[in-house]
Amino acid sequence: MADFSFLVIIVLSAGIAAGTPILYAALGEIFTERSGILNLGVEGMMLIGALAGIVASLATDSVWIGALAAMAAGGLLSLIHAFISITLRGDQVVSGLALTIFGAGLSAFLGFPYVNVPAPKFATLPVPLLERIPIIGPIFFQHDVTVYVAFMLLPAAWFWINRTRPGLHLRAVGENPAAADALGVNVVLTRYTYTVVGGALCGLGGAALSLAYTPGWIENMTTGWGWIAVGLVIFAAWNPWRAAFGAYLFGAISRVVFDVQMLPTAGLPQIMKILLSPEFLRMMPYAAVIVILIFASREAVRQRVGAPAALGQPYTREEAEA
Amino acid sequence: MEDTSSFAIRMEGITKRFPGVVANNSIDFAVRQGEIHALLGENGAGKTTLMKILAGLYQPDEGQIWIDGRAASVHSPRDAIDLGIGMIHQHFMLVESHTVAENIILGLDVPRFVLNLEKVEREIAKLADQYHLLVDPGARIWQLSVGEQQRIEILKALYRGARILVMDEPTAVLTPQEAKQLFNTLRSMVAEGHTVVFISHKLGEVMSVADRITVLRRGEVEATVQASETSRQDLARMMVGREVLFRVGKRESEPGDVVLEIDGLGALNDKGLEALRDVSLTVRHGEILGVAGVAGNGQRELAEAIVGLRPVTRGQIRVDGEGVTNRTPREVMDRGVAYIPADRIGSGLVVNLSVAENLILKCYRDPPICNWFFLDGDAISGHAQELVRAYDVMTPGIETRTRLLSGGNLQKLILAREISSKPALMVSVYPTRGLDVGATEAVRRLLLEQRDAGGGILLISEDLDELLSMSDRIAVLYEGRIMGIVESQEARVEALGLMMAGTAPEEDGGE
Ligand SMILES: Nc1ncnc2c1ncn2[C@@H]1O[C@H](COP(=O)(O)OP(=O)(O)O)[C@@H](O)[C@H]1O
Ligand SMILES: [Mg+2]
Repeated sequence: MADFSFLVIIVLSAGIAAGTPILYAALGEIFTERSGILNLGVEGMMLIGALAGIVASLATDSVWIGALAAMAAGGLLSLIHAFISITLRGDQVVSGLALTIFGAGLSAFLGFPYVNVPAPKFATLPVPLLERIPIIGPIFFQHDVTVYVAFMLLPAAWFWINRTRPGLHLRAVGENPAAADALGVNVVLTRYTYTVVGGALCGLGGAALSLAYTPGWIENMTTGWGWIAVGLVIFAAWNPWRAAFGAYLFGAISRVVFDVQMLPTAGLPQIMKILLSPEFLRMMPYAAVIVILIFASREAVRQRVGAPAALGQPYTREEAEA
Repeated sequence: MEDTSSFAIRMEGITKRFPGVVANNSIDFAVRQGEIHALLGENGAGKTTLMKILAGLYQPDEGQIWIDGRAASVHSPRDAIDLGIGMIHQHFMLVESHTVAENIILGLDVPRFVLNLEKVEREIAKLADQYHLLVDPGARIWQLSVGEQQRIEILKALYRGARILVMDEPTAVLTPQEAKQLFNTLRSMVAEGHTVVFISHKLGEVMSVADRITVLRRGEVEATVQASETSRQDLARMMVGREVLFRVGKRESEPGDVVLEIDGLGALNDKGLEALRDVSLTVRHGEILGVAGVAGNGQRELAEAIVGLRPVTRGQIRVDGEGVTNRTPREVMDRGVAYIPADRIGSGLVVNLSVAENLILKCYRDPPICNWFFLDGDAISGHAQELVRAYDVMTPGIETRTRLLSGGNLQKLILAREISSKPALMVSVYPTRGLDVGATEAVRRLLLEQRDAGGGILLISEDLDELLSMSDRIAVLYEGRIMGIVESQEARVEALGLMMAGTAPEEDGGE
């Protein structure tokens, strides 16, 4: 029995650690999409952020400056997307996909000299007192700083969006930019701001990978987690709490899969060998998150929370009339 | 000349060009303090454009604006709000998923950071009380009727201290009773010192509510007159530029067998909510059945259910005695049902195809247009030339991209295609909406000819005058239910209005 609870603690704690980079990216994408801009460049921005974090922290020997550099890099990259989708009113899907391809290529190219170079990282920093609470402590409070910052960012993001005046303007711009504009809300500025904020958080998500969860730089190190974040935002119905649930769940399942991979398979029937093969197992976190969140999103549909009504649609004043 | 400071609004020499049109051509427009001033004109006359310039949404190419006697630069909606101008748009500018209170405080500088919606809701309730505008500040917009949404738009303007209220076609979505109530609200606002600009193309209501009237035609001011010194006939002539017949000449109908029979029909709307409840009606050959109702009470769903575009959840539809319930649009069409959709550009035509191609959209499978597999170019152009001539479609040529045609000609094109298929039943939804007077007359004449040729027509319209002059009988839809069906000769506007607002007619029906 003690063994079992030990196992649960390990899995959940690892889930929170692994889910953190995804959570940053998902929160960033929630801000961006709530303003009506769809940015599919999350994966690219995470990669650039991960590399920028490594480069800057190697140069300055400070992981904090590394994290700031990651945010700056992600923000800068998203500025391209903002310019294309808001100012030029281009196709947001195309621009976002281009951003992902560009970010992956650029980071692979620039990151070549940094592959497997030992770099600074955020140290594990148990929270005094809290870490000693049974069960809760080891699950939540024996991590590095990136995890705790995410804990604080989560309620803050929810509060900002739902309970503040800037948050009201953000939501209105994403739902009905014409209405917001007619009441003097600056639609262009709002969309630029939250696209860049979203990009910065994606960059930070990348740094949470390269400076904390899996320290060091490897080409394409996000392995599709940016896309998981994009999917989470949809299934989480643009709600930070649901996104956090999905991100941590994904992390936990990844951990379980990692452990199961270690089991010996010799002598098992063929079907079990297939089920326990690394290829099959590595698919599981993605499949499980999709299935669970589909069920979660049915609840959201019942409560009539959907995509921001103007998501992906450019806005200009003089062409507002259809 | 009057003392200029007595004008709440003065706009001079306003010109606004859009690609291909001069929406406003050197317009002079002045509104006195504390009056209700109507801006009258046909669709496309430039009324909305002029007022959007006042509200800071469009920038004029030329012209100047004075507010309360002072030269004003209105470069953004913010500027207009600061000048005390509040505009209520024809398509409401509300965030559907937000609450009433959230919509009302949107864009304001207070509260500074944290929203205190309870306090706002109390303030709104007080303001609503003062102007007798009944609303629930905590409700979400999508839960409200259009009438309620309009009250919220008015409150939105009042809450930010607007003294000049501009309303763009506010009665288009209201029942006659709701419109009356709105006029009372406007009068009480004027009594409190507000100034109101009221945009409309309906002569009757303009005469009854306005102090002065400015008539626009084709982007220019035709005249500004005192309401007490003009008549409906005069206004109509100024608006259209020629004498207008108010009633279409119509022969006595000779209804034959039943062509459309609907029995206990139910269907859902796009949100998955019940849009039609137990609808039963019949249309005969040689008869026009009008369907009245405030927009959004199930009209669209009814039309789509009949033509096979929307699943039917309950009940039966029969055309000439044959069941067509939940058949594909193709099968319904083959039974002789034609469809004139409300959305000409989206569902009625493929606007990137040529006029000739649009005309064969219904008959492209059959000879002489199609032989085995190949389309016959000569047959297609012959077909197109014949129809363009017969239905008087103004187009540079049959190979012209359809998107270049005006609204009236788009509608004639659809009618040409549909009527030439010799339908037994025509389902036509808002067939004259947005058309100028000439095109409206042409469309109505075509529908009447089709009726006289023995076709049955289901005519869905928002325009009571149109329904009264065109239909043989009128059914009223309210919240997806038929409130009653009356002979149009015996129908009175007041009674129809009551049914449109959800009051069932008196059973005895005696006069
Ligand atoms: N945003 C726009 N872009 C292009 N043309 C427009 C736009 N708004 C209005 N127009 C054109 O300007 C003319 C006047 O339109 P509008 O002011 O809406 O007329 P009204 O309100 O009197 O019906 C019409 O020909 C219309 O097609
Ligand atoms: Mg208009």
